[in-house]
Amino acid sequence: MSDVRIITGNEAAALAVKRAEPGVIAAYPITPQTKLAEVLSEYVEKGELKAEYVRVESEHSSMTVCISASTVGARVFTATSSNGLLYMHEQLHWAAGSRLPVVMCCVNRGVGAPWSIFNDQQDSFSQRDTGWIQLYCRDNQEILDTVLQAYRIAEEVYLPVMVCYDGFVLSHTMMPVDVPDAGLVKQFLPPYTPHTILSPEDPKTINPVFFASRRENADGVLCDGYMEMRYKMQAAFDRSRSVITAASDEWAQLSGRNHGGMIWEYMTEDADLLLTGMGSIATEATLAADALRVEGIRAGVVGIRAFRPFPKEEIAQAFAQARAIAVFEKCISYGYEGGVCSDLKAALYGTDIRAPIHNYISGLGGRDVKTRELVEAARTTFEAALAGDAENKTIWLNCHTGVRD
Amino acid sequence: MEKTDTNISGVCTPAPGEAGKTGEWRDARPVIDPAKCIPEVKGKPACFLCWLYCPEGVVTMTIPVTIDMDYCKGCGICAEECPAKAIQMVREVDIDE
Repeated sequence: MSDVRIITGNEAAALAVKRAEPGVIAAYPITPQTKLAEVLSEYVEKGELKAEYVRVESEHSSMTVCISASTVGARVFTATSSNGLLYMHEQLHWAAGSRLPVVMCCVNRGVGAPWSIFNDQQDSFSQRDTGWIQLYCRDNQEILDTVLQAYRIAEEVYLPVMVCYDGFVLSHTMMPVDVPDAGLVKQFLPPYTPHTILSPEDPKTINPVFFASRRENADGVLCDGYMEMRYKMQAAFDRSRSVITAASDEWAQLSGRNHGGMIWEYMTEDADLLLTGMGSIATEATLAADALRVEGIRAGVVGIRAFRPFPKEEIAQAFAQARAIAVFEKCISYGYEGGVCSDLKAALYGTDIRAPIHNYISGLGGRDVKTRELVEAARTTFEAALAGDAENKTIWLNCHTGVRD
Repeated sequence: MEKTDTNISGVCTPAPGEAGKTGEWRDARPVIDPAKCIPEVKGKPACFLCWLYCPEGVVTMTIPVTIDMDYCKGCGICAEECPAKAIQMVREVDIDE
């Protein structure tokens, strides 16, 4: 029997965490993640969730607590946003390098300075190269299901997973969410098996100084050098592609809900114009595609669900027939262009796809992006392609860009 | 076939030599004068400040006091701390072997 509740994205995430039954939770409140941290502490306080809730003084500490607890064999959870995530930066590398399956929600918010509490994705984008798998959700149901999948993925490939969802747009917006029962989740999610466990019975040193070269240890065993450890991480990312897809497929079989593995597609079969993005802006793009089809433009949407590992092959396939591409994204790599756009172009390099790509920098610091604005932008992209304009462009959507200095 | 490490994280078991023979880094070595070393002079366990202060744990709390030259990095802390001035740091190039 289904249990559908009208809840916010933060509550959906909290319910998923409750079902995953972590042993340790450490979170420091920050807008717009706060409600998630509060609801979890309530579960623990009421005894509904048998977990240790560690009250920390900062995000740096919350990640450190998760790392330590994971090292002694606990399933762990934390969540943050914006500058809180940036404050974790060093520990993000530490979790990934230690190959710990930490699961964290990043409730996407613009980064200061200047202060913004509103949504964009610059926070998680700026942590792209920390060795975390990054999954982006488009609605509250997907948040719940993705958190559960995140544990499966993390604990299979031993990489930490960041589940990203847009602040306020999802975190504070109520939608119907089907909450799976505990039995179903148990069937999907086996208990965490640590690869290395720190215990007084078997003393070990974790993460000592590694020398550049491989070398023999005291027992004559040839040990990896720093570079081999890094290669193993990259190999785990390569393997995680099929694990992400398998986790999504298996959850779809059990729950009847499939959000896509690495990417998802909306009306792409015959599409000439493809809109793409991550998170809620891609959801908005599906409405834009509907509107464009009413106008007679065959539009579709490719949603990027996994940003790291990047869905290179899936993208090359999904965009094979595209005549024009509009990338909408809520982040930028200063001095170049939107980060998703760069990766998309790189994935298309060496293929036969020659469609012009317009990169729309959108919704920074919560700037509103309406469906009709996406429609207008995508139509402009399509018309330029039809007119034979093959130039790739970066365009700031809904932004006054007149030069004033 | 060579034995290889299958760890995916940076793990090692505490054991002498886990970081290689660090004594190779030394350019001066501590040499103990038994005529001045307090435990030897008194013939009973005493002092052992060299054992206490050695950052590498290569000094023994024995009579006579010994130092494991495979891992002594030659920092000179034992010589500095010895209240009897029983330890001299001798440059490796001046040691005849």
